[in-house]
Amino acid sequence: MIEFISQPWHWSISGAMISLVMLLLIYLGQKFGVSSSFQAMCSIGGAGSRFDYFNYDWKKHDWLLVFVLGSIIGGGIASTLLASPDPVQISAATINDLSALGITYPTTNAAGAGFLPLDVFNFEALKLLQGIILIVLGGFFIGFGTRYAGGCTSGHAITGLSNLQLPSLVAVIGFFIGGLVMTHLLFPIIFSL
Amino acid sequence: MKLFKFLLVGILFGIVMTKSEAISWFRIQEMFRFQSFHMYGIIGVAVVMGALMHFLIKKYDVKNMFGDVIQFQDKPKTYKASLFGGTIFGLGWAMTGACPGPLYVLVGHGYWIILIVILSALVGTFVYGALRSKLPH
Repeated sequence: MIEFISQPWHWSISGAMISLVMLLLIYLGQKFGVSSSFQAMCSIGGAGSRFDYFNYDWKKHDWLLVFVLGSIIGGGIASTLLASPDPVQISAATINDLSALGITYPTTNAAGAGFLPLDVFNFEALKLLQGIILIVLGGFFIGFGTRYAGGCTSGHAITGLSNLQLPSLVAVIGFFIGGLVMTHLLFPIIFSL
Repeated sequence: MKLFKFLLVGILFGIVMTKSEAISWFRIQEMFRFQSFHMYGIIGVAVVMGALMHFLIKKYDVKNMFGDVIQFQDKPKTYKASLFGGTIFGLGWAMTGACPGPLYVLVGHGYWIILIVILSALVGTFVYGALRSKLPH
């Protein structure tokens, strides 16, 4: 059984399981949307005394912070007990494109699980402009952008689209505009730094 | 104790995100380069099944665990915020290869550098909160 679920899951199983997570949260009286956790954490940190956006009862998001804690534990379980036998199998075309940018892809589990490009995402990289852009500015954009848009992949792409929300469709179009511009126009510049 | 259920759903989510490989920076690159169906399959199935769930819940007035009929809120019709905020998030999604859910899951994998990404995201959230009244929504 453990061996069976330790294999990478087919995309159809994965998609179904994500909708199950959404359904469970709805049944428990909440909704699926992870980026609100950033607002709650800023509020807990005292930002509510400075700006209205954080001046709300963060306890209404206490369930989300517990969910986030669970997802960290789930990541720990999945990376140990349920670890895949091989790194993520991505397409040869992507491996080629990325190697042209100077990013090596792990071919053995010892070299990495294929979750992060470890030659770019490490603490040493924070001494370089490239690392600061990808790690610090990238994170900044995630926080600023998701809260400006009012949701991320879970709140807009999964919950919003499946509830036929037009603002969510607009947001998802935005996600792709940003992602495509970054990947195709800006990555060649950033990775030449 | 009533929060414990959310811990369990969170653990399930962390496992699902990992085994689906949606937490992989490389999978996100593959998606933005249209070189694999994998991520589109995941999101597509989740949205289609989710739409069916929403439809059935509304049609049959399904109740939640508290016995209340489930009501869905519409997202605010702030289209400019959706587009501009969404585009900024999209830049960050490609750079870090992770959206907020996977960021937390990656920390569970022991990728401590992701804590810097999350810290930066909190700064981004703070700056949004500070500038909110001046931004088009």
